[in-house]
Amino acid sequence: MKEITANKYNNSFFSVVSALLSGLKLTFKHFLGATKRREPTYVDDKNYFNQTDGLVTLTYPYESIPVPDVGRYRLHNEIDDCIVCDLCAKICPVNCIEIEAIKATEDIGITSDGTKKRLYAGVFNIDMAKCCFCGLCTAVCPTDCLTMTKVYDFPEEDVKNIIYHFSDLTPEQAKEKQALYDKQQAENAAAKAAALAAKQQGSK
Amino acid sequence: MYQEFMTAMIALTLCIAFLLLIVIVVTYAERKVAAFIQDRLGPTEAGPHGILQSLMDVAKLLQKEDIIPAAADKKLFAYAPILIFAAVLAGFAVIPVTPSVIPSGAYIGIFYLLAIVSLDVIGLIMAGWGSNNKYAVLGAMRSVGQIVSYEIPAGLAVLSVVMICQTLDLQEISFQQGILMPQFAGLEKEVNYLFGLKALGINVTNVGGFTTWNIVRMPFLTIAFIIYFISSLAECNRAPFDIPEAESELVAGFHVEYSGFRFAALFLAEYSMMVLVCLVSVVLFLGSWNTPLPNIGSVRLADWTTGTLGAWSGNLWGAFWLLSKASVLLYTQIWIRWTYPRLRVDQLMHLCWKIFIPITLGLVLLAGLWRLWMI
Repeated sequence: MKEITANKYNNSFFSVVSALLSGLKLTFKHFLGATKRREPTYVDDKNYFNQTDGLVTLTYPYESIPVPDVGRYRLHNEIDDCIVCDLCAKICPVNCIEIEAIKATEDIGITSDGTKKRLYAGVFNIDMAKCCFCGLCTAVCPTDCLTMTKVYDFPEEDVKNIIYHFSDLTPEQAKEKQALYDKQQAENAAAKAAALAAKQQGSK
Repeated sequence: MYQEFMTAMIALTLCIAFLLLIVIVVTYAERKVAAFIQDRLGPTEAGPHGILQSLMDVAKLLQKEDIIPAAADKKLFAYAPILIFAAVLAGFAVIPVTPSVIPSGAYIGIFYLLAIVSLDVIGLIMAGWGSNNKYAVLGAMRSVGQIVSYEIPAGLAVLSVVMICQTLDLQEISFQQGILMPQFAGLEKEVNYLFGLKALGINVTNVGGFTTWNIVRMPFLTIAFIIYFISSLAECNRAPFDIPEAESELVAGFHVEYSGFRFAALFLAEYSMMVLVCLVSVVLFLGSWNTPLPNIGSVRLADWTTGTLGAWSGNLWGAFWLLSKASVLLYTQIWIRWTYPRLRVDQLMHLCWKIFIPITLGLVLLAGLWRLWMI
């Protein structure tokens, strides 16, 4: 059976002193290396993994490591291309997207990929404080108007400002459009009623 | 009488201001050195390279509310920081700054210094007990136990120097360690031999430099120096002997209940103590304000870097060498703190009572023998 000794280290005076000195040597080497700094380079830089010594602190607001151009951080909605289909709001696992669609009275144009727009976005709000950055909304978006951007530093002093409003209509305009639609509906209903009445009269 | 009093008060004010400046520089250096050792940047925001950081910290502490716990012993609590700081400050009174400037040229210099700095312990107990907080009491007990223990090897190391130099006057000890020795009243006929040994017959009185430092005059004092330096770390409660502080159990030790100005006073005392023990090490072992450069033949390095006794040049060179040597030791203290893990209480006491005290006792004996060979 192997003998178990209480002391597995060499505790002789000189080995302890040399251990202590090598500790001091190590810290002093780092102290001397303080003239060098790690460069905030992008991950595909040749030197990215070779910068083994020097200070590693990144003075963040003044310098930052570049993020990929296709970074998936803050959401952005290109409202001109949005058909207000509500798919993003439905798939969102944290319900951070709020959409109120208003039906248009006529065609309001086409998106850049040729889809017809028939709905106004009365309200298109994304609460970035709730967003969990899963990216599901961008996956389901049929016109690819909802995208994630490389912006990751967007703190706000007022929590209200963290809700992003993407609608291109002011509330007054939205009300107007709603009124127009309601009026058209009413006119249609009246016309229908009139047509029905005329039909009934004709059949008598 | 009145005139003397006013002079003393002005000197005291200057001394405290100067000390505050040094402490501010040391705290800044501590943070920067710690950062560099750990590959960080340290303070960068307050002023260029963060040089105003410590000043801002002092300003912040002075603005803070002065809280005295309801259950504290108010008198003890209030006077403890003052006593602790006063004890350390009083120690500076006998440190020779230059060949002609010493606050108090007392004959019993080093004896007074050891005695007055020991008062610190009473202040620590007052602070710990007065806080009426079990953690503060435990921290104070640890701190005091450690300081009292380590005063013995430190005192014995100092004693071996005193036996070599045959004086308690720190200014006389300083003069003995350099080329200015013959100009000190009472030392005109003294001769410094290499390694202090008359039998070797190499007269280095006019060579000066490091050859007349105490650690060379009696080479075994190097061991005494190392032991004194380590003991002084324990006396300042510095890492690796900082067991009075323990974030997970005692929080900050005896000063856990202090805030604002009183905390600032304790902090100041702690860093002043660091500076004081470094100065004492330099004066006793590393040639005090004497230049480290020796005269080599016609290259009078020691003469050139010593200046004239009593003139501006002598004072400036003296202060420069003393402060440079002390800075090196201060850097070493900081360097050690950020390198080593700390000792356990039993290891701490083991090191003191079973290793340092026997060695220093032997050194005292050896110093006595060496002195016989020196004359």
